[in-house]
Amino acid sequence: MTRATLHALLSHWWRNPLQLFTLLAGLALATALWSGVQAVNAEARASYDAAAATLGEGQYDRLTRRDGQPMDQTIYVRLRRAGWLVSPVVQGRLDGVRIVGVEPLTAPGGIGPVNLSQDADIGSFLTGAGQLFGNAETAARLPDLDVIISPQTAPGTAVTDIGVAQDLLGKSGRIDSLIVLPAQPQGRPALADIAPELTRQQAQGGSDVGRLTDSFHLNLTAFGLLSFAVGIFIVNGAIGLAFEQRRPVVRTLRALGLPLRRLIILMAAELMIFALVAGIVGVALGYVIAALLLPDVAATLRGLYGADVSGTLQLRPSWWLSGLAIALGGTALAASGALYKLSRMPLLAAAQHRALAMAAGKRALAQGAIAVCLLIMSAVLMVTADGLIGGFTLLGALLIGAALALPLILDQILRVAGGLAKSVTAQWFWADTRQQLPGLSLALMALLLAMAANVGVSTMVSSFRLTFTAFLDQRLASELYVSTEDARQTAALIAYAAETADALLPIQSAETDIEGQPTQVFGARDHATYRDNWAFLQATPDPWDTTFAGQTILINEQLSRRAGLDLGDEIRLQDQTFTVAGVYGDYGNPIGQALINEAQFFRLYPDVMPDRFGVRMPAEKVPEFVAGLEAQTGIPPSQTINQAGIKAISLAIFERTFTVTTALNILTLAVAGFAILMSLLTLATMRVPQLAPAWAMGMTRARLGRLELMRAVLLAMLTAIVALPLGLALAWALLAVVNVAAFGWQLPMYIFPWDYARLGLFALLAAALAALWPARKLARTPPADLLKVFSNER
Amino acid sequence: MLLDVKDIHKTYATADGPFEVLRGIGLTLDAGETLALTGESGSGKSTLLHLIGGLDTPDRGQIMLDGVDIAALDDNGRADLRRGTVGVVFQQFNLIPSLKVSDNIAFQARLAGRYDPDWLTVLADRMGLTPQMGKYPEQLSGGQQQRVAIARTLAPKPRLVLADEPTGNLDEATASVVMDLMLELVTVTGAGLLMVTHSDALAGRMQRRLHLRAGQVA
Repeated sequence: MTRATLHALLSHWWRNPLQLFTLLAGLALATALWSGVQAVNAEARASYDAAAATLGEGQYDRLTRRDGQPMDQTIYVRLRRAGWLVSPVVQGRLDGVRIVGVEPLTAPGGIGPVNLSQDADIGSFLTGAGQLFGNAETAARLPDLDVIISPQTAPGTAVTDIGVAQDLLGKSGRIDSLIVLPAQPQGRPALADIAPELTRQQAQGGSDVGRLTDSFHLNLTAFGLLSFAVGIFIVNGAIGLAFEQRRPVVRTLRALGLPLRRLIILMAAELMIFALVAGIVGVALGYVIAALLLPDVAATLRGLYGADVSGTLQLRPSWWLSGLAIALGGTALAASGALYKLSRMPLLAAAQHRALAMAAGKRALAQGAIAVCLLIMSAVLMVTADGLIGGFTLLGALLIGAALALPLILDQILRVAGGLAKSVTAQWFWADTRQQLPGLSLALMALLLAMAANVGVSTMVSSFRLTFTAFLDQRLASELYVSTEDARQTAALIAYAAETADALLPIQSAETDIEGQPTQVFGARDHATYRDNWAFLQATPDPWDTTFAGQTILINEQLSRRAGLDLGDEIRLQDQTFTVAGVYGDYGNPIGQALINEAQFFRLYPDVMPDRFGVRMPAEKVPEFVAGLEAQTGIPPSQTINQAGIKAISLAIFERTFTVTTALNILTLAVAGFAILMSLLTLATMRVPQLAPAWAMGMTRARLGRLELMRAVLLAMLTAIVALPLGLALAWALLAVVNVAAFGWQLPMYIFPWDYARLGLFALLAAALAALWPARKLARTPPADLLKVFSNER
Repeated sequence: MLLDVKDIHKTYATADGPFEVLRGIGLTLDAGETLALTGESGSGKSTLLHLIGGLDTPDRGQIMLDGVDIAALDDNGRADLRRGTVGVVFQQFNLIPSLKVSDNIAFQARLAGRYDPDWLTVLADRMGLTPQMGKYPEQLSGGQQQRVAIARTLAPKPRLVLADEPTGNLDEATASVVMDLMLELVTVTGAGLLMVTHSDALAGRMQRRLHLRAGQVA
């Protein structure tokens, strides 16, 4: 019985390969988008984990100097002698590679090159003979050094013995931090007694980079989920249509004695097999998408957060499995409604027509009620939502509510248009469009979501770009930036600039904690550059005067929001208290920032020596300055960067972020276009009985085809009109709620009418292209097929 | 006795309120016997056929088929009955469009676990379907499709054949040929035949005839 039934069920798909393709392609695309994004996330997270494992980041307490500067190696000896179980770490950058020096004998387990490759000479590692451990990419970047390939090492990182690292980094006799081992002997002296210049940083249970980048990945995941939702709409539509078409067969099978339970199990099994096949194809496609996106994501993460992420993708069983699970789960979700209806379907249909019609009416009413509830919920959340969960709940309620409301809105518009129509053809057209709406509504919902996501994300991204460009103009006011490598170069630069530049502005900072937030404190020299260019989100009447007078402090928006600091609040740095006099926008910076006057800074952080400088001068004198700098001080042009260059680099980082979102935008819109095409193709066969009477009454097949095309474009246009306000609401939620929660700053929202018009045109074009083939097919339907409609033999 | 129907009642909900289709109907049928059910539209003929075939359940009364009370069976029990004991020929053929003629004919026999290729060959041959075996239902005429439906019903050799206006969609000549074949094959299998028809001519070819009026035996 099972074999015969499966044969009968599967034969439907062989006879309707297009429908099978729709189902498989929809599911595969949905899975591909989801698993592609997940693969990128998994790769990045694996990189953070590897980095965290290398340095024990977030797992162990650390001792650092209060001013964030390297400490003398003798402090380590002093602590060990006093009974403190600590292990030294040195780190720095060499040719763009992060060099990490550890002491293998004292480092806690799990830190350092724990997975030594077979040809590694452990003896030479221990004796400091110069071996480094890194992955293949890192080894290629350090051709002159003896790098042993160790794939488990974090990307962009080379691990070596502390002595080797000190030599390579020019930090002889100095270390950056001390790892505090979890088990410490009782009765050892207090840290303040042995090394009062050190401070203990508590382990935070995860890597800093991981936390910083969580929001970025959350946004990617949300986008992946949205794309998956669009894909599931396609699958739902394909399954719904397939079940609708198979309804008579299902009745026949049951009438012939197939038990309902077995029928449902077999249909569910059939779908799960398809889901598995489509899932495998989808995950493979997802791998391709991820491989294409990963280099841009890696560049973005490196640029925004300094997080090193491998630019190449590894096949990880976890995302293969999660991709397949999401395909199976998505299919189960999409099919559950159809299977439920099947289980409730009466064996004898004839007597139940009225009941079915009433049930359809009730469903529409329930759908409307759910849509209204969700839209009210999103309106309430717009006012009250706080934090990422609230933000994403708002987005979910808004998008699902609008999608559910769309068919009802379109139905009302078509009803009104039908009422206004004068000619018979127009009346028929509107009535027929309205009658077709249920079959197309899922595809239109997919289009709505895709367009709204496009409008929303492109508004956010473009607003970001405008704000960030203006911000760069404010913040990168100096015509040239110079970095120095040592005190001699610094002194030479100061002397040279005194003669040739209008002003030399040191850029000096120290790491500290303010109200529990990691913060960079900057010491600024009193100069008009700051007064003329910096814009504040909120400030006292004379923020610069009081700050340069040493009384006040200026903080960035991130620190203000995260630490809950407002104007007039007090901040304590070591022994001195400052009042907040201004809050400035600081887009792209993941951590807190504060600015005090230079004199106070030197008093609080006497060991910090500035090694970067902004130079003010007429822009046309920059080349001459750079040439003279090398000639007179030996500072090469490679240590200088002009304003235009730094702006280009900063914008390039953001452009790569946008590349990722733009790629996902295009993919989502393409998936929605595909949904329309497949729905129209599937409906085309079912349309013949509706079009045959119109043809019989004198409308040509060509005209019917043109009307079909017009209908698709019209529905897409109406959907686009609904998508615009939805997309803008989505953008507002992203900018005002999600962005604040994820990144700590709020962006002003700008409107880009031409972009929306262009997107609308793309959507109409996609709909027209999608409708072209089915319309052409209908226009060429042989008269014999149309005539069959009027025959009992059909 | 193959079939014994006693005091069957059935009411449907309609837009105008409850409508009692069957009001205390009773009938009997022996194996190998043929019986025509006639009556006006709405007299309850098809409803009675559906109840006997286990496609629906009566509100009251008893339907004993081969010693089993159908009215007391659950959904699975009725499915078993439809699969193994009863065969139904529908007016609308109800073939599976995605299966070839050969698979359609074999379908119910396979479902019932009584697939007999020799008997299927005889059926196809007698029904004149041998040249059509590789085609799909949409490629056949209405008469051919109905012959496929009859062959499918007879393939598992059911104890009782129920036919709901099996020639209602066919012209007179084709209907006569189809009817001849069905009666001949029913005789071969020894099944009982209960047929709903509007045609006096067809009813006249049955051994007995029962006329319904307003849900009761006239």
